[in-house]
Amino acid sequence: MAEGGLLAGYDSGAFFCELTSRRGGNGHEIATILSRLGAFDFTDLSRRSAEAERELYNLGITFTVYSERDSIDRILPFDVIPRIITAPEWKELEQGVIQRVQAINLFLDDLYHDRKILKDKLIPAELVLGNSNYRPEMEGLDVACGTYAHVSGIDLIRDQEGQFRVLEDNARTPSGVSYVVENRTLMMRTFPDLMADLKIRAVDDYGIRLHAAMAEIAPADHGDPQVVLLSPGIYNSAFFEHVFLAREMGVPLVEGRDLVVDDDKVFMRTTGGLERVHTIYRRLNDDFIDPEVFRPDSMLGVKGLMRAYRAGNVTLANAVGTGVADDKAVYAYMPRIIKYYLDQEPILPNVETRICREPEGLSYTLDHLDELVVKPVGESGGYGLLIGPKSTREEIEEFRSKLRHDPGNYISQPMIGLSVAPTLTGSGVAPRHVDLRPFAVTGKSTWVLPGGLTRVALKEGSIVVNSSQGGGSKDSWVLGG
Amino acid sequence: MGNLLARSAENMFWLGRYLERVENLARIVEITETFARDYSERNWLSVVQINADEKRFFEKYQCADAPSVVRFYLLDAENFTSVPASLQAAHQNARALRPVISIEMWEQVNVMRNHWREVAETDLAPPSLPRLCRKLREECQVNEGIVEGSLSHDETWHYYRLGKTLERADQITRLLDIKYHLLLPNVAAVGSALDASQWNALLRAAAGYQAFRRIYQGRMTPAAVAGFLIFSDSFPRSVSLCVRQMAWLLTQLRSRYRLSGGDAAEEKLDKIRAVLGDLTIEEVIAGGLHEFLDWLQGQFIALAADIREGFFVQCGDD
Repeated sequence: MAEGGLLAGYDSGAFFCELTSRRGGNGHEIATILSRLGAFDFTDLSRRSAEAERELYNLGITFTVYSERDSIDRILPFDVIPRIITAPEWKELEQGVIQRVQAINLFLDDLYHDRKILKDKLIPAELVLGNSNYRPEMEGLDVACGTYAHVSGIDLIRDQEGQFRVLEDNARTPSGVSYVVENRTLMMRTFPDLMADLKIRAVDDYGIRLHAAMAEIAPADHGDPQVVLLSPGIYNSAFFEHVFLAREMGVPLVEGRDLVVDDDKVFMRTTGGLERVHTIYRRLNDDFIDPEVFRPDSMLGVKGLMRAYRAGNVTLANAVGTGVADDKAVYAYMPRIIKYYLDQEPILPNVETRICREPEGLSYTLDHLDELVVKPVGESGGYGLLIGPKSTREEIEEFRSKLRHDPGNYISQPMIGLSVAPTLTGSGVAPRHVDLRPFAVTGKSTWVLPGGLTRVALKEGSIVVNSSQGGGSKDSWVLGG
Repeated sequence: MGNLLARSAENMFWLGRYLERVENLARIVEITETFARDYSERNWLSVVQINADEKRFFEKYQCADAPSVVRFYLLDAENFTSVPASLQAAHQNARALRPVISIEMWEQVNVMRNHWREVAETDLAPPSLPRLCRKLREECQVNEGIVEGSLSHDETWHYYRLGKTLERADQITRLLDIKYHLLLPNVAAVGSALDASQWNALLRAAAGYQAFRRIYQGRMTPAAVAGFLIFSDSFPRSVSLCVRQMAWLLTQLRSRYRLSGGDAAEEKLDKIRAVLGDLTIEEVIAGGLHEFLDWLQGQFIALAADIREGFFVQCGDD
């Protein structure tokens, strides 16, 4: 399938390949990219790759890892071969993400008001009301434009048939958008020859779009609202992203200690005195934002912020209490939630998920334990997981009794063969597994940044794209068309 | 961008101060290494004295010889007056300022700090030491250049300049105070080769060698050097010029940006300017140069507190 030169030995095997597998749209552009990539010299490509990573380091596009004595700045490893999304693919992804975000917002609005969905028994009430991310403080509060999840990141994977599926919703403070924009800048500098004359959808207006949404949701009493970004501060490992967002929006990056609440209004301490603040894009978890209401030991938040919020004098983005919608337990119900509120079929299917609290789901799961991934739905993701195909008979039997004992705590999914993309390795170009996180910004309506963050598992055969376990990122090109 | 956070203003002020401190330290070490070897022990000790670090220094080292002093100031991150500690502090301030300052400005501070982390004991050996100091000094100058060419000359810029200028004025009084009294016993030998070279070295450490020559030509006396470093109205590191610039910066902040704070700082600067305007170097020396420089240093400490109070601290009840 792949052409000659650098790609001559490339073989994606049984997996769907984001560059070489056949699909609709942009055939001409993909052929151009293939032939340009094939013509690269391995040494030249490796040199440019090293230069690009050096630049990321110098620019401080890094996350900080702290040890006892020292702090080390690390870059997210960057792979120079872009991930390609065709125009028709993007059209579907975009609509799917918008639909998903709409449903999440309607769901949250319902949960914190009439709870129709619980009364109609579409989703078990205790699953939601007993969830640690449910915030009673939000009950009855009307938020601007009915929007709770202003910034969402929907994690997608692509199966062996090339079908995009949602793996996870992130409706609290999804991160990674800074890499999307910075990766593009880096590609434009390092690979002008690869990009020449290709129509690639721009990503550099993210900050402008985000600021516009933040202004739309500001309390109505002000024509030129003051937006700020609230960060835990320079020791936070995602501080670069906070810098990026503040810089791209052109707004102050504040910490809790820069803000003060007086008469249920929020102010920031400037050189000229106290200045009113209208919208806070906060990159701080619910727990920490107001010691008066949540964790009393939080030094990062602002005393009285919830009072100001409930009085309608400030808007928080994302709203408090969105975590209940992106929980793993609720994920399984998302297709039904979409249908319930929008009367539509989901455009982007979930990974096929069986809910073990339901009898059919449980019996199927018990019968197919050796083929399935079984996940606990509690908040502590990643723990207590069974990967059937990679487990011993004893492990499976041990898990079986746990599952029987507390079926309500589990969901099960088939193993998915994640799609791959050609990736530069030490010895040539080889297939590596990828995922995709598009970012959606919602004020009055929802806008999706074309593309998103492509994470790539740099280790051969690995499906773990997480940066703490050998994951890197790629530029994601949505082709025009 | 209006609405500058008080905390950002303070970060900016300290970024300027720390980088100026690094530049001065690099100059002093470079000059001590290059021009003052004959005199070595007392010259190296004077570096410690300029920074008022005698107590902390002698807790760690037996004597103030070249290797110990160089190590203390160029490598020892635990010494808070050292280059690595100051660069780390500058970096922390720049990091917090990233949404405010230009990307180029941040990148340069980041690279400078990262580069310094790689400096090892072997780089401090005599053949490479002057080169290292020169590079450090130039990196600080590059930062100033990038600030001038890429940072908006808005309110933010004024705090950087205030920090830089205040630190510069303070450093020149320290340098002069220690060196003047160290070199003074040689006044009897005016005109001797050694004497002139030491006073020249002092001028070089303050980057004022050429500027001094142009004004005073052959007339090299201790009083002329001290007078130049305190009263010159054109040399960028003289106390008078620094004070004049600070007064201008404060006036700008209060008039152009309509900030109500800083009146105590403005009063203090008026007083210092009046004193500097009334005195000649002969009168200063007659009254005691050390006492005068000490008074100036006290004024600068109080001035920093006034600036902080006037602009960086904003209480809840405005």
